[in-house]
Amino acid sequence: MKSRIKHLMCALGLLVLLLCAVQPAFAKSDDPVLLELQTLLVSSNNQDRTKAIELLTQSQHELAFDIYGLLLEGKFFFNRTDNQLYLVDRAEAGQSALHFLDERDVTIERPRDFRRVALNNAQRTQIRRVMAQTGLTADSNKIRMKAVRQMMGDPDPEALSLIRAAYTSETNGKVRELMAVAIAIDTVTQTDEAAQRDAIDTLSTSLEPRARNALNQFVSQTDNASLKELAEKGLIGIEQKIKFYKGLETVYFGLSLGSVLVLAAIGLAITFGVMGVINMAHGELIMIGAYTTFVIQQLMPNHIGLSVLVAIPAAFVVSGLVGIAIERGVIRFLYGRPLETLLATFGISLVLQQAVRTIFSPLNKTVETPSWMSGMLEFNPVFAITLNRLYIIIFCLLVFFALLMILKRTALGLQVRAVSQNRAMARAMGVRSERVDMMTFGLGSGVAGIAGVALSQITNVGPNLGQAYIIDSFMVVVFGGVGNIWGTLVAGMTLGVANKIMEPWAGAVLAKILVLVFIILFIQKKPRGLFPQRGRAAEG
Amino acid sequence: MMLWNLIKEDRGGQILLLLLAIAIIAVPMLNALPPDHALHIPTYTVALLGKYLTLALLALSVDLVWGYLGILTLGHGAFFALGGYVMGMYLMRQIGERGVYGHPELPDFMVFLNWDSLPWYWTGLDQFWFAAILIILVPGLLAFIFGALAFRSRVSGVYLSIITQALTFALMLAFFRNEMGFGGNNGLTDFKDILGFSLQARETKVGLFVASAVALALGYLISRAVIQSRLGKVCVAVRDAESRARFLGYRVENVKLWVFTLSAMIAGVAGALYVPQVGIINPNEFSPLNSIEIVVWVAVGGRATLYGAVAGALFINYAKTWFTTELPDVWLFALGAIFVLVTLFLPKGIAGLFRRKEASA
Amino acid sequence: MSQARLLDEIKDKNHVFSFMHTQQAPTLNVSKNVLLYLEGLSVSFDGFKAINNLNLYINDGELRCIIGPNGAGKTTMMDIITGKTKPDTGSAWFGQTINLLEMDEPAIAQAGIGRKFQKPTVFEFLSVRDNLLLSMPEERKVFSILTARLTGEQSDRIDEVLEIIGLKEQTLLQAGSLSHGQKQWLEIGMLLMQRPRLLLVDEPVAGMTHQEMDRTAELLISLSGKHSVVVVEHDMDFVRHLAGKDRTVTVLHQGSVLAEGSMDQVQNNRKVIEVYLGE
Repeated sequence: MKSRIKHLMCALGLLVLLLCAVQPAFAKSDDPVLLELQTLLVSSNNQDRTKAIELLTQSQHELAFDIYGLLLEGKFFFNRTDNQLYLVDRAEAGQSALHFLDERDVTIERPRDFRRVALNNAQRTQIRRVMAQTGLTADSNKIRMKAVRQMMGDPDPEALSLIRAAYTSETNGKVRELMAVAIAIDTVTQTDEAAQRDAIDTLSTSLEPRARNALNQFVSQTDNASLKELAEKGLIGIEQKIKFYKGLETVYFGLSLGSVLVLAAIGLAITFGVMGVINMAHGELIMIGAYTTFVIQQLMPNHIGLSVLVAIPAAFVVSGLVGIAIERGVIRFLYGRPLETLLATFGISLVLQQAVRTIFSPLNKTVETPSWMSGMLEFNPVFAITLNRLYIIIFCLLVFFALLMILKRTALGLQVRAVSQNRAMARAMGVRSERVDMMTFGLGSGVAGIAGVALSQITNVGPNLGQAYIIDSFMVVVFGGVGNIWGTLVAGMTLGVANKIMEPWAGAVLAKILVLVFIILFIQKKPRGLFPQRGRAAEG
Repeated sequence: MMLWNLIKEDRGGQILLLLLAIAIIAVPMLNALPPDHALHIPTYTVALLGKYLTLALLALSVDLVWGYLGILTLGHGAFFALGGYVMGMYLMRQIGERGVYGHPELPDFMVFLNWDSLPWYWTGLDQFWFAAILIILVPGLLAFIFGALAFRSRVSGVYLSIITQALTFALMLAFFRNEMGFGGNNGLTDFKDILGFSLQARETKVGLFVASAVALALGYLISRAVIQSRLGKVCVAVRDAESRARFLGYRVENVKLWVFTLSAMIAGVAGALYVPQVGIINPNEFSPLNSIEIVVWVAVGGRATLYGAVAGALFINYAKTWFTTELPDVWLFALGAIFVLVTLFLPKGIAGLFRRKEASA
Repeated sequence: MSQARLLDEIKDKNHVFSFMHTQQAPTLNVSKNVLLYLEGLSVSFDGFKAINNLNLYINDGELRCIIGPNGAGKTTMMDIITGKTKPDTGSAWFGQTINLLEMDEPAIAQAGIGRKFQKPTVFEFLSVRDNLLLSMPEERKVFSILTARLTGEQSDRIDEVLEIIGLKEQTLLQAGSLSHGQKQWLEIGMLLMQRPRLLLVDEPVAGMTHQEMDRTAELLISLSGKHSVVVVEHDMDFVRHLAGKDRTVTVLHQGSVLAEGSMDQVQNNRKVIEVYLGE
């Protein structure tokens, strides 16, 4: 299999080169400012730290504000053994430390190797002042937002006056709003009732945690009943908003889980739904797609961002070819005997698993996530979505509609539908049903490979990857109604969301059990799934 | 005389029962010989053989529903495991104060989880007779409820296979949970004795072997009795032309339900005999993989023959033991290849190679 | 069921719980001399109306031929009568008392309706004799089946039917090894064993020689009188032979009755000619 992948790589080589030229070099480890910063911060000389702060100030680096914040919170540690800078939450054995430049996770083995980058008071004040001055006047809206957020609730009166000053000249609506909140946090503690009232109104519209804290504190301290009532009302409003966004987040998590399910199941929807073939090796075809991703990353270690894109067609081809081999070698002798197909393909799945164990070792492989896939999209302080999940949802929909187009709009699709509805008639009309079977199975298997690429980004790549998804995939296809790929989409998304809704109160395992039980009961009620094929042809 | 009628025309069954009778007499005798004697069978081997026999009984139960009713069950491991868990609970209760924590009543894992009393469903399981009833009742009840739902709504074919798989998968996940009170991940183990006999003792192991052989023989005769009766013919009729049977007035769902339940009970007994011989029961017994493997034993031996299922189970499990000690990496390749080759080239299994073309089913 | 009643039932040890009772149809009542009433039946699959406001009455002891082009709804109509398909609207009664729409296939079969499929369906892995044995109208409870024993009388009946269908020589052969025509006969034999009050026969002579066709026609005619027989057939010669001069023929078209009458009347009906020959 390795050689086949290499072969494929040659074919894709040209494409790879082309894309590499376009890809901008963007990695923290190449950044001269951050490299310099690391040397200065790991130094034991106090002066160097002051220099580091100055360096950051002058460079106007886009991460400057995050770094200031982390420095103030004392999250920077340096490792005495390798003189590298790490971000550490708790310096205890077994906790993880994030390498500052590479962003790789390291497990802390000896906590005493890690030393906090400590600042003195002068340096702290320096940072605060820099943040306030440069931050509030920076060109980037983002940085101004960050600055305000950092200064919010700072008891230093100087900080507040700076914000007040900046507020009058601020033009960006969002930043202005945030500044208003920062000011309101202070105003609410003053004694002017009218101003307090306004401040409470301002705070009530904000989802900032500090605004909520301020309101909570106000409620517990104030003697003014009417203001208290107003603040409480505001708090209830905030709670409701938070609840709403939490719900939105659950749905988002559910959709992303659903996308994974749909991706895993959609290849099966073709082979099982359209062709009536029970392919128990479907999970292993997904696994092969994931391993293809791994191999391609090994082949192009300097272009991780690109490797995932290359892996998509590669996995499609590799899994598709394996699928075609399975169809030609075994399944075509077993058409019309679904239960036997089930057993034979299960045998194949065992062979494929063991083959992967023998070639790649039984241990899990790490497939790296490209930098463009990590990150967050922040809508407001309580609702942010992770980009990799978003990409999976988009990817799932792309694959789904591409497949729908293939089935509905291409000659192959027409032939597939013809053969699946009436094999004998299709043959009589000149459709080469054997070839169609082969292509259909190849298509379904190739899509499984693509699913493998997506799964390699969110789960461990190992020999058991396929087994973990095969039952779920069958559930999705059966729940959606066999022979209906829209059904698969709806079923996958429904199960994903249902799972995530139940998880908070039932726990992940119990939620899964409940979903399984639900499907078992559902099939009793509607044996042909959500969207059954009806009519004489479907009765069998 | 009635017994003879059951196997009069069943050459394979005659051979099987004869071999079992010989084993019941010969194995304990050969085991009692001095260790350096040429014909001595080590106690370890006796226990291994006993384990194989329980798996053969399990295969028999699968053949009853797959071979004769056409229900490809991918979840029979669940009934086996449930029987095994009931036995495991009984054996746990027998440990008494000899556990690591020395608690007079609670098994170690419950002490570890800081539970202060036994959950209600552990009540009474220190009594063997009660455990024996539950060994048959629990798998039977689950099969009955599951079957009543599934067969009434006419879930069949592949769909049924998939929901049986979902059933055992759901049970596996459930039994992995510590909160269930069945030892979670680790399951039930460290058993000491059964009915007062130490499980480590040679005599107990031989006794369990004999019990397994007797259970297999009884299971065979019961299955045979069902198959020989008119009900057996109805089963075959349902398997081959379900709607025809319905239009003749047969309540197909009830036929399926009762045979499925009987089969689950047999599987439960097999599980109960398996656990004391291997000394552990854990949630992996519920894994869908195990259940599919059972089907392969039956396929290899030959569907719808009963003795074929026994032969297949013995053959594959012997091969498994051999491979996993001699060539562990090759085992899954071999098992996978057997799956494929048997379905492609030996649809009637080993039994089909030897069987004359018989008119009876 | 109210809980109090349920409790009473549980206390009453001598009786089987009502929910354990198998569906038992009321006794057949044909006092009006009509055996089967189909009224206002409609059923559609995905918008396609397979049966559209169908009205059909079969008299007790009648032999009725039903013809119609492909897709006229003949098989769907049989599916409704035997409980395989539930109609969207309409009613179906067996005699005065038995509502077919409330019953499932086995209950309808036990009430006395037998069906022969278009494609011969017999139990291929059972012997010819066992196929007939299983068709006997007997207690169908699982436990009764398990302990059932063959009586001499029943055995004689099987031999008698074997004689009628001409499979005496093949008694112990697996049904799967019979020829197509022999399977057709075996299936008819199974219907005879069942002794139904109403026989639904779907294309009985497909794949038969002329000789066999004549024999089938003879058999079906001899059955009428004691049983009602409904025959769906494409073969016009066969239908003409069966219907003779005075039996009723029904023409189905697009899910409803197009014409009804004697063979001559039907053949000269303008609408029928249109449907069969086109404009």
